[in-house]
Amino acid sequence: MKATDLRGKTAIVGVGLGGLPSAPNRSSMEIQTEAVHRALADAGLKPGDVDGLFTGSSHAFMPALSTAEYLGIRPKISDTTMIGGSSFIGHLLPAAMALQYGLCDVALICYGSNQGSGFGKLKSMSEPQTYEAPYDPRHPITSYALAAARHMHQFGTRREDLAEVAVAARRWAQLNPLAFARDDLTIEQVMAARMVNDPLSTLDCCLVTDGGGALVLVRSERAKDFPRPPVYMLGTAMAHWHRQISSMPDLTVTAAAESGPRAFAMAGLTPADVDVVELYDAFTINTILFLEDLGFCAKGEGGAFVRNGRIAPGGNLPVNTNGGGLSCCHPGMYGTFLLIEAVQQLRGEAGARQVDNTHIALCHGNGGVLSSQVTALLGDASTL
Amino acid sequence: MSNLFSGPGPDAVFAAALAEGRFMLQQCDDCKKHVFYPRVLCPHCGSPKLAWQPASGQGTVYSTTVVRRKPEQGGDYNVALVDLHEGPRMMSRVDGLSPHEVVIGMAVRAKIIDEPKKGKLLVFMPAQGGVA
Ligand SMILES: [Zn+2]
Repeated sequence: MKATDLRGKTAIVGVGLGGLPSAPNRSSMEIQTEAVHRALADAGLKPGDVDGLFTGSSHAFMPALSTAEYLGIRPKISDTTMIGGSSFIGHLLPAAMALQYGLCDVALICYGSNQGSGFGKLKSMSEPQTYEAPYDPRHPITSYALAAARHMHQFGTRREDLAEVAVAARRWAQLNPLAFARDDLTIEQVMAARMVNDPLSTLDCCLVTDGGGALVLVRSERAKDFPRPPVYMLGTAMAHWHRQISSMPDLTVTAAAESGPRAFAMAGLTPADVDVVELYDAFTINTILFLEDLGFCAKGEGGAFVRNGRIAPGGNLPVNTNGGGLSCCHPGMYGTFLLIEAVQQLRGEAGARQVDNTHIALCHGNGGVLSSQVTALLGDASTL
Repeated sequence: MSNLFSGPGPDAVFAAALAEGRFMLQQCDDCKKHVFYPRVLCPHCGSPKLAWQPASGQGTVYSTTVVRRKPEQGGDYNVALVDLHEGPRMMSRVDGLSPHEVVIGMAVRAKIIDEPKKGKLLVFMPAQGGVA
């Protein structure tokens, strides 16, 4: 038995979004359940068909219990592994294992939050870190600013390069009717935005919005019984090396440098095989770090790589095609949205932002302060 | 070599020393590496044989940021990651100059100050003689 045995064995047969672009006066559970309803309808299923539940939350202490009760379902297995915003890509692994071993037949991954309307700022259940808290870092931006500053110092990455990431995300968002931020945006505007934690300005930061996402998974042998084209999980891998930024071994190298190669190995693929890339862009520096760590360019070259619209619509490498956390949505934890955008691209149903000839998508989740990293490779039927 | 599984734990020992104006670091008896933050097991080799020693207080700024804050709320302040001479890295703040003047690679030395509302706080000052 080996990790590669999981390649292609799990299929995503339903996806759904909820609460986008905003959902005033609606609770997190209501937004999540809208997404669940849409995902189940997409798969031609009812809540009672779900017998495996994989979820996480910034508002519920025991989210599997709350979610199952609200939906009126009785899961045979639940998992709520909490590694931050990457959790939901991480949930692909226990879901795939539970399906393979017959512990469940229909797995549901879901998340929902009303952070945009309900709080207006990032809500976190994260506890203060004893040896960092006395210095009043702003959670989480100070940590990301320290990583960006180090990357700029070590490799000559420029603020303009960070701004290029924000502008590319915005240009994709302008093609997505559900994206929250769709106004024109220039590099000059990002550079001139109010500085929050040097070198990161307000426009280097992800949005704080409402939103929910849900995915329905089954064993691939049943995938063709469902109405929509199945999307297959080809490889998924997780890695985490630290919790707080002061414990990160090298602020210019994330654990994506480990999760990426393991996910590619499971899938039998390389970065050159990937048609669309969905990266967890909590801050502009993330996109640059993950492009490097996942092997799309060499370490230190991410800033130069994104220049001249390379990851924007019409560029060589389509990255964050829904507009990302920077311009589409970021309701606290963004993992489900990466997967859902990849599925929509692989099905060819992404509308104006559809990337032609998309067969393989990479989704990369980040959690904490560059702490947990989960990479997933998804493919259409031609990749099995 | 103290027994780290009984009596006040490493967090409490560190805090008590700091309250007396001393900056203490742990060093592993087995792999000889220094450890910060304080622990009951060495994160490098798993050994419970961690002994306390006075820190040299010498360090180098590994990364730095200015947390922007309105003047009426106290103004901008520095948050830095400092690589200690002994090896471990810690979050701290560099005092004694504008937060905007703190740069990566700057040599710094530890200083324990009395911070309003917080008590003793370990910060760093620019070291005499420039770059580490
Ligand atoms: Zn040791």
